[in-house]
Amino acid sequence: MEKRTTFSKWSVGILFAVPQLLLIFTFFYWPAGQAIFWSLTLQQPWGGGNIWVGLDNFKSILANADYWNSVTISIIFAAISTSISMGVALILAALTDRQLKGSKFYRVVLIWPYGIAAPASAMAFRFILAPEAGFMSVVNHYWPGFWDPGLDGTAAMASIIAAFSWKYTGYSFIFFLAAFQAIPRSLIEAAAMDGSGVIRRFWDIQFPMITPTIFFLLVINITESFQDSYGIVDIMTSGGPHNSTNLMVYKIVFDGFRGLDYSGAAAQSIILMLLIIVLTIFQFRFIERRVHYR
Amino acid sequence: MSKFYNCISAAAAGVMSLALALPAAAAPIKFDFWFGLSGDLERVVQTLCTNFNNSQTDYQVVCTGQGNYDAALQNTIAAFRAGKQPAIVQVYDVGTATMMLSGAYYPVGKLMSENGYKVKWDDYFPGIARYYATSKGELLSFPFNSSTALLYWNKDAFAKIGKTAAPKTWEEAADDMKALKGAGYDCPMAINISGNESWQLMEQFSAIHNEPVATQNNGYDGLDARLTVNKTKFVKYVTDLKSWYDAGLIKIKSKDLGQDMVQAFAAGDCQMIMTSVGDHGTVGKTQKAGMNWDVAELPVYAGTERKNSLVGGASLWVLSGKSSDEYKGAAAFLDFIGKPETALFWSTNTGYIPVKKSGFDFMKSSGFYDKAPYKGREVAIASLTASEPTPITRGVRLGNFTQIRAEFGNQMQAIFANKVSVQEGIDNLVKNGNAVLDRFEATYKGKQLP
Repeated sequence: MEKRTTFSKWSVGILFAVPQLLLIFTFFYWPAGQAIFWSLTLQQPWGGGNIWVGLDNFKSILANADYWNSVTISIIFAAISTSISMGVALILAALTDRQLKGSKFYRVVLIWPYGIAAPASAMAFRFILAPEAGFMSVVNHYWPGFWDPGLDGTAAMASIIAAFSWKYTGYSFIFFLAAFQAIPRSLIEAAAMDGSGVIRRFWDIQFPMITPTIFFLLVINITESFQDSYGIVDIMTSGGPHNSTNLMVYKIVFDGFRGLDYSGAAAQSIILMLLIIVLTIFQFRFIERRVHYR
Repeated sequence: MSKFYNCISAAAAGVMSLALALPAAAAPIKFDFWFGLSGDLERVVQTLCTNFNNSQTDYQVVCTGQGNYDAALQNTIAAFRAGKQPAIVQVYDVGTATMMLSGAYYPVGKLMSENGYKVKWDDYFPGIARYYATSKGELLSFPFNSSTALLYWNKDAFAKIGKTAAPKTWEEAADDMKALKGAGYDCPMAINISGNESWQLMEQFSAIHNEPVATQNNGYDGLDARLTVNKTKFVKYVTDLKSWYDAGLIKIKSKDLGQDMVQAFAAGDCQMIMTSVGDHGTVGKTQKAGMNWDVAELPVYAGTERKNSLVGGASLWVLSGKSSDEYKGAAAFLDFIGKPETALFWSTNTGYIPVKKSGFDFMKSSGFYDKAPYKGREVAIASLTASEPTPITRGVRLGNFTQIRAEFGNQMQAIFANKVSVQEGIDNLVKNGNAVLDRFEATYKGKQLP
């Protein structure tokens, strides 16, 4: 039996598709098209008299050492924060899945961080990691000058990574736990009866079975680390000290909205978009094929 | 059912009668005012608006806070591009060059004279007015909340080292810091080195020393102005600040680190800071109980003939494309703000200074500056009027200045973290800042500052 809906005329089909297409066009393609147009011109913020400059905006960005610095640190930020958030979430989810005492409580509590807006968690982390007032002041008391995100770029980077990973640990946790719980209990029980320990069962049964989820989270975490880090950087470090946390997305928002350099920001966002597209294609092309467990 | 129906008809009757009543009372002309101040200051602005609305029946101003200066400007640009701009908008000092080139404003001088108001231009303090005026002296926007940078000093701490006055020169300040350190004070002076402090450290310093920040008279004479701070006294200043920091005489205080410099001063942890007179109220409200402190003009290097400091804060721009009725309202509102009584209300509640001589005189004669929490704020006026403005102490008029300030922060942080030498860092600031100015000039190709 044919399950697909069929229309007598192709025009009717188009008619039904129009609202959806209109939405996609309005909210995705039109702004993207606008950004591409802006990136090829010099836009006066108040409008009027825009000058066509072709690829000049891209040329000047790609010739700028500060820009390459922001690309490099964005990639470092993405790699480290994704590893931490997914790694920690995986361990927590595996433990929660074992239904030890209190696991129901953890199941709820560990999801919360994701529900907190990035700026709010950034505020909390700013306090926790403040060198003179917060938790780290204890470390500084015994080892003066060890922790100084105000001047030490590595410390500043570590603090935004901590805040971002903390938030996305909650997110990854939900998916990992769901994936673990989807594994038939009988498999684990059979393995247990055969005498395999917790670690063995994890690596031989559970881990292979959740690889699609790992892949999905990898895509999401990496993409979000490029996009969702703005609020955290803005509150915690403002891109400093000396540009060491000036991630690509922060630089775009700053140049565009504060600096009113709409064209430069548009060109940067086109490059960021391309980078995310390339990364996503790469992930689907080379990683996804290995994860399907058939 | 009938109850429900009654309700509806009663409501309808109410609406009808309201609709009939309004034209009889001649509805006031409404116009919008968007501003960037937030928190406590937002409430003061709203009170000011209510006061205006209560003062007459012809006009009604609708005041909307936008959260901060950046947002006020961004939202206004977006609204302007969509044809829904407010009649009046508050724009911060560094947005002045962008506004002047926008072609989106109605010069306030023209607005006032066309609506029958006579403005006494020479009543404005020249250092304040010239920041917002064209190079020929025509005022394009009204100065509103104005401030300047001052040195805050802890009298109790200075008493311990046998001093009763704030340092007047940087040489003296260096000795005082050493003495304070010797007397057991851990933080003789606090500074911050983010982009925002470009205002105190680079712009105000350059003005009072009569040193240029950029060529073309700090940008007043053309869009081809470029930064020159790597060849001025500013280099020596940063070298000294860095050496004082290395010697432990200066500490960096910022919000990211847990305590900003105003908090550090108010808590008695640091004995000197340089910040806006706008913080005078905050220090008074949050200070450690019983602490004695005062404000003074920023120090200069020995042998310098002190010039006027720069005005900071924001001004009010009237935007083009509104109806003549709305402009009448806007003119009445601006006239109301210019009154000495409003200046007194405004300065009492905020810490900002009066922008007109008549406002200042009115406040002085009413005894404002003799009372405890406000005492010392007159130093800001003294600093702003220390001299007749020279071509480079009128102000700094550079495009995309927010990005240049951010670059200032980057390079200062690199210098203080020993990533680069002082000269290298300031050379980088000039190089990267000039790239921003190149872009701005290219964007407004063929245009000229009024």
